[in-house]
Amino acid sequence: MQIVREQDVVPFRNRVRELSTKIGMSLVNQTKLITAASELVRNMLKYANGGKVLLETISKNAQAGIRLTFTDEGPGIADVQQAMRDGFSTGKSLGLGLPGAKRLVNEFDIKSTVGQGTTVTIIHWKHGR
Amino acid sequence: MERIPILKMGPFLLVTIQVDLYDRLALNLESDLINMVSKTGARGVLIDISAVSIVDSFMGRILGNIATMSRIMDAETVVVGMQPAVAITLVELGLTLQGVHTALDVEKGMELLQEKMGISEHPEQDEEEDQDDSND
Ligand SMILES: Nc1ncnc2c1ncn2[C@@H]1O[C@H](COP(=O)(O)OP(=O)(O)OP(=O)(O)O)[C@@H](O)[C@H]1O
Ligand SMILES: [Mg+2]
Repeated sequence: MQIVREQDVVPFRNRVRELSTKIGMSLVNQTKLITAASELVRNMLKYANGGKVLLETISKNAQAGIRLTFTDEGPGIADVQQAMRDGFSTGKSLGLGLPGAKRLVNEFDIKSTVGQGTTVTIIHWKHGR
Repeated sequence: MERIPILKMGPFLLVTIQVDLYDRLALNLESDLINMVSKTGARGVLIDISAVSIVDSFMGRILGNIATMSRIMDAETVVVGMQPAVAITLVELGLTLQGVHTALDVEKGMELLQEKMGISEHPEQDEEEDQDDSND
């Protein structure tokens, strides 16, 4: 799903909601996943002029889950470790999008190359663990 | 432009957010509320978010801004009806709604505001936050 402007955020969140409802994810886990996803699309919009998100249903040991892959071709992040720290922001913001998203989901992976872009993958399982 | 209605109830303003807000609408609400507080001299702002299913850092920041700006104009802000799942998520995200009071529902929120204004029927109980309103 393409994310190019601010108006895409709510419909995107609704897609994640539909998918997680379909696999029977509990409300609290849905809320965590969608909030994390919301932070990541906002970053894509703010720092990389948008990008795209791949939404997938996956399963492991008979438990269903959702995997979201956020890919942008923005400027990339020079120091990922620093960006993952609570309170670090180049956008004069609170700097809790990335670390907060990581806390909210079961699996979080970020890869970034300066000049090429950033890919963030998150996984959240139906039962939240 | 689409806008969220703001109701005036005595010295308070009441806003009920019925859907997950698009950013534009949330920003409009922020400026509308601040204008209304300044125009009406309202002493309290109640924001009912019981229908809001997601509060991310953007929405959280808007609520915080409303509270900060209102307080400068001597009005307190109470967010009411936050869904438990939203509250749990906010804690984990690490977002504290600074300057924002919370209450279970509109009625409780109204009581809280009245207490803050010192017009409660019950003589002051434990005031954890003193505000000086000795300017008459
Ligand atoms: N997709 C991205 N492309 C390039 N830089 C990014 C991207 N996502 C995050 N960053 C960088 O990482 C920093 C930290 O991001 P994070 O989401 O944690 O905080 P923020 O967006 O600055 O503030 P908040 O999310 O609290 O509003 C950002 O300030 C930005 O410099
Ligand atoms: Mg961010």
